[in-house]
Amino acid sequence: MSWLSPTLQVLLVEALWETVVMVGASAAIAVAFGLPLALLLHVTAPGGLSPNALLNRPLGLVVNATRSTPFIILMVAIVPFTRLVAGTSIGTGAAIVPLALAATAFLARLFENALREVDRGVIEAARAMGATRLQIVVKVLVPEALPGLVAATTVALVSLVGFSAMAGAVGGGGLGDLGIRFGYQRFMPEVMATVVVILILFVQGLQSLGDWLVRRLSHR
Amino acid sequence: MASHRPLPRVPLPGQPDRPAPDAIALDGVSRRFPGGAVALDEVSLAVREGEVFGIVGRSGAGKSTLIRTVNLLERPDAGAVRVLGLDMLALDDAGLRAARRSTGMVFQHFNLHTRRTVAENVAFPLEVAGIPTAERRARIAELLPLVGLEAKRDAYPAQLSGGQKQRVGIARALASRPRILLCDEATSALDPETTRDILALIGDLRDRLDLTVLLITHEMAVVKAICDRVAVMEAGRIIEEGRVFDVFTRPAHPTTRSFVAEVIGLDVPEATLARMPPPPPGTIRRLAQVLFTGPHATCPLVSEASRRFDLDINIVSGRVDEIAGEPFGVMALAAGGSAGQVGAAFAWMRELGLIVQELDR
Repeated sequence: MSWLSPTLQVLLVEALWETVVMVGASAAIAVAFGLPLALLLHVTAPGGLSPNALLNRPLGLVVNATRSTPFIILMVAIVPFTRLVAGTSIGTGAAIVPLALAATAFLARLFENALREVDRGVIEAARAMGATRLQIVVKVLVPEALPGLVAATTVALVSLVGFSAMAGAVGGGGLGDLGIRFGYQRFMPEVMATVVVILILFVQGLQSLGDWLVRRLSHR
Repeated sequence: MASHRPLPRVPLPGQPDRPAPDAIALDGVSRRFPGGAVALDEVSLAVREGEVFGIVGRSGAGKSTLIRTVNLLERPDAGAVRVLGLDMLALDDAGLRAARRSTGMVFQHFNLHTRRTVAENVAFPLEVAGIPTAERRARIAELLPLVGLEAKRDAYPAQLSGGQKQRVGIARALASRPRILLCDEATSALDPETTRDILALIGDLRDRLDLTVLLITHEMAVVKAICDRVAVMEAGRIIEEGRVFDVFTRPAHPTTRSFVAEVIGLDVPEATLARMPPPPPGTIRRLAQVLFTGPHATCPLVSEASRRFDLDINIVSGRVDEIAGEPFGVMALAAGGSAGQVGAAFAWMRELGLIVQELDR
């Protein structure tokens, strides 16, 4: 990277690390919260394992509301919440909170779709064999949906890389922020180009990894 | 198979035997779908222990809903469901789960777990029942040879043929040693040859494991191949019910007749009829389908009728078959002679117990 000054090179490596941390941490949180949320949505849906409109409707509404708020606005709107959780409203750690929140809602919907793809016949067979609802969720629904869940996580990861570029607005750093501040605002096209190329490679890597995992997991 | 007592084949339900207790008894079962469509309209049904009972009907007749009420995958709005003497509708969740474990079920589309191997699929009901791993492994080692799949134990369903998938489904259904096997169109997704294999397997397992089998199908050939008794369903009701041989040879309801015709009907070749010379002046020729059953299946009826009534009898087509182990013959005759004699010959055949059906020409 001789076209960049040593200082910029250091900044670039730092920014890459910040992106990895933001995307990785928020994705992990989103999976941890998004899967139970998706299961709850799926199971309480009409025709589900235990239909419950009283739970399903409000839950779906909250997920949709979060999904429809543009990320840059969501980030600013939940600053008090972010301060409560992260102790600060600026920096990489603070950026993880809104990223995780947006990704949780996004993943909950994607996961719900993956769960819906599970053959109803297999669920019925499990019922016929005397499985409890919990057993059906743990031993049938999630395992059968796993390739779909992994594919959904890959999509969310790629989206998170995009969202994380906006984290600069709250001082979160990362590659996108570097590109804006140096490449755009300081007229350094070589920085912008480098950032873009790294992001492309990063996303490609994520996608390939996800695809490979899905192939390994599915036996269709 | 040390774990299964070899049992003598149960007597055919048609033979005089001591009345077996009912394995499945439905009484006045009704089910209306949200939206108003009536799926089941006061259906009553008794499946005796050890028999293979078939329910046949077109799609939408309600047979699928009916078989699902037996293990309460579908809860009826009214009526009683008793399985092995147990009042299913009175059970709590845990009781119902236990009852479901004593009723194996096989499905049209196999419903296997795509991400589990054959052995893992078969293990599923045992896992669910909390059977320890070692015991599960031993049970799988018994079950796979039973369905001829020892070599495929580590294969995934996607690597199996339809027939093999259904064998996995059968092994899985039998894993927790049920006394009842429910077959929901178990062969409808299979080709005719595989259908024969799977039906033979189910029949064989019934004998070896002393099972009661309730199956639903839209194919009369399945009923003919394996069932002892049959019920015909239409519009949520049972319109005819009886021993398979009786229903096949003396169908009462028009729907049953059309079902039966699919299997034992004779196609009279038009070309053959056209090639027959016109009947001599003063005589007639009538076409009839004659069903030979029981002791008459082997009588020299044609030559006898020909001599007695001075007829020219032409056999247009015919074959000998077997239903539920009983032989029967069916042939299409063209009988020529004087009008009175032809009628008398048909009447004589009917008197002998043959089923004579004049074919419209």
